[in-house]
Amino acid sequence: MTIPAVGCHLQTRGLSKSFGSKQVLHAINLSLEPGSFVAVVGRSGCGKSTLLRLLSGLDPASTGEVVINGQPLRGLNREARIMFQDGRLLPWKTVLENVGLGVRGNWRHHARELLQEVGLRDRADDWISQLSGGQRQRVALAKALITRPRLMLLDEPLGALDALTRIEMQQLIETLWLEQGFTAILVTHDVEEAVTLADRVLVLEEGRIAHDVLNDLKRPRRRDDPGFARLSGEILDTILQRGQGNAESPQHPQGSRTQRSAPARSGWNGFGAPAATGISTLSP
Amino acid sequence: MTALLPPSPKRARLLRVLLPWLVPLLLLTLWQLLAQVGVIPTRILPAPSAILQAGITLAATGELWRHLGSSAARAGTGFLIGASLGLVFGVLNGIQPKAEVLLDSSFQMLRTIPPLAMIPLVILWFGIGEQARIFLVCVGVFFPVYLNTFHGIRGIDPGLLEMGRVYGLKRREIISHVILPGAMPSILVGIRFALGIAWILLIVGEQIAADSGIGYMALNAREFMQTDVIVLSILLYALLGKLSDSLARALEGRLLPWHPHHRRAARSSSELSPAV
Repeated sequence: MTIPAVGCHLQTRGLSKSFGSKQVLHAINLSLEPGSFVAVVGRSGCGKSTLLRLLSGLDPASTGEVVINGQPLRGLNREARIMFQDGRLLPWKTVLENVGLGVRGNWRHHARELLQEVGLRDRADDWISQLSGGQRQRVALAKALITRPRLMLLDEPLGALDALTRIEMQQLIETLWLEQGFTAILVTHDVEEAVTLADRVLVLEEGRIAHDVLNDLKRPRRRDDPGFARLSGEILDTILQRGQGNAESPQHPQGSRTQRSAPARSGWNGFGAPAATGISTLSP
Repeated sequence: MTALLPPSPKRARLLRVLLPWLVPLLLLTLWQLLAQVGVIPTRILPAPSAILQAGITLAATGELWRHLGSSAARAGTGFLIGASLGLVFGVLNGIQPKAEVLLDSSFQMLRTIPPLAMIPLVILWFGIGEQARIFLVCVGVFFPVYLNTFHGIRGIDPGLLEMGRVYGLKRREIISHVILPGAMPSILVGIRFALGIAWILLIVGEQIAADSGIGYMALNAREFMQTDVIVLSILLYALLGKLSDSLARALEGRLLPWHPHHRRAARSSSELSPAV
């Protein structure tokens, strides 16, 4: 197996998680290309944040395993950095110290460079409480990037931001991802955000991957692009129809490239990227 | 119309500094007048001028400084020992659930004993020497520091601890970068409480049995009916208590520069200065 230069190769094999008697994730099988940008969307409570916690090694899997560059994950995932929705910055440290937290050696210069990249160079010596929500997430992003992670796990990082700041942040994340080439997994409930950023959108439903959608729209993506609107609409429809208990083959617009895949019960067998672009429907 | 205009920033600031002293000054003047006219007998409450005179005399002979010194030394020693123990056990029980299970309920039981109730036992244990008073201060100081440290640590956002783990901090670094600074506001509240308690216990301790200290000075004065010295001792305690509270507040300002509360204070005072 060849290990890519920057982004890491991530697989899950039969990954399941239960809390007590409640099973949150059901045998997730995934394979993510190094350097790809994957979004996981779904209703709240569908297990998407749990999936991210398993991938980061913060919580152990009940059964199955996470495989990083061919090695099964034991304990904390050292390749990964998580960016949390609430930023999780230390209020008693300055912006610069937060960025360099836990970094060995001489990090100050690099931290300043990263702050410049996220547009906060002149706030380096401020306290966290002096920043706006969007600025805090920029700091969190710089902090996640300082160790040059090969896997970036984004846990609804923009969920608490206003619409304009979100768009700005999405552009920033895209720029940094293109520049640095890490593998990125974005958990979000915002379908448009997923379509803006990801090459591949996974729809999670009750702990199972119900749809796996390839997105090859050209970057930078615009919301007014017809392809963008159609893809977002399709994904949103499938999430909503499923949620209403209307599980019988969801309707798709004429000409939609729909692919039938293996039944949900056995999970989506996703070693390697799916062959076709479009929604793959898993009908029972 | 001009009278209704807001005062200039400089005047507003001056007013803010002086205004709190207005009421004490008025009371003091009234007291002095009533004592001079003879409404208040000197035996019961001497005039402020007489108390000041007693203070000057005692200071001149060096007696005042000797008593002040030994009181401060006792309070300081007792506070240092008690607060250090409180901090150590607070941190230990805060980060180590096993230690909490083992120790916390015992501490909670001991906490309900008023330190002053232990005086007879303390005298039996230590006699009337220095240890007895230092021990009392220690016991009184331990619990507020312990409790506030413990709760400060427990109150830290678990998300921050998790972030520390994800970002590769070692256990020692999590303690020094996340846990201690996070608990610091609460620890400092405990220290302020503890300082107040330290003085109260010392007063009682020194009045029971001692051969120096402000409490002893007051007790001695009672024997000779020196009301002025008694009142002076009381005022000295007030002054020392206020002084240690100011010290604790200065410590807060220094240790919590990041705290929005302290930042706001710093900002508003700079806004009031004429330069801005």
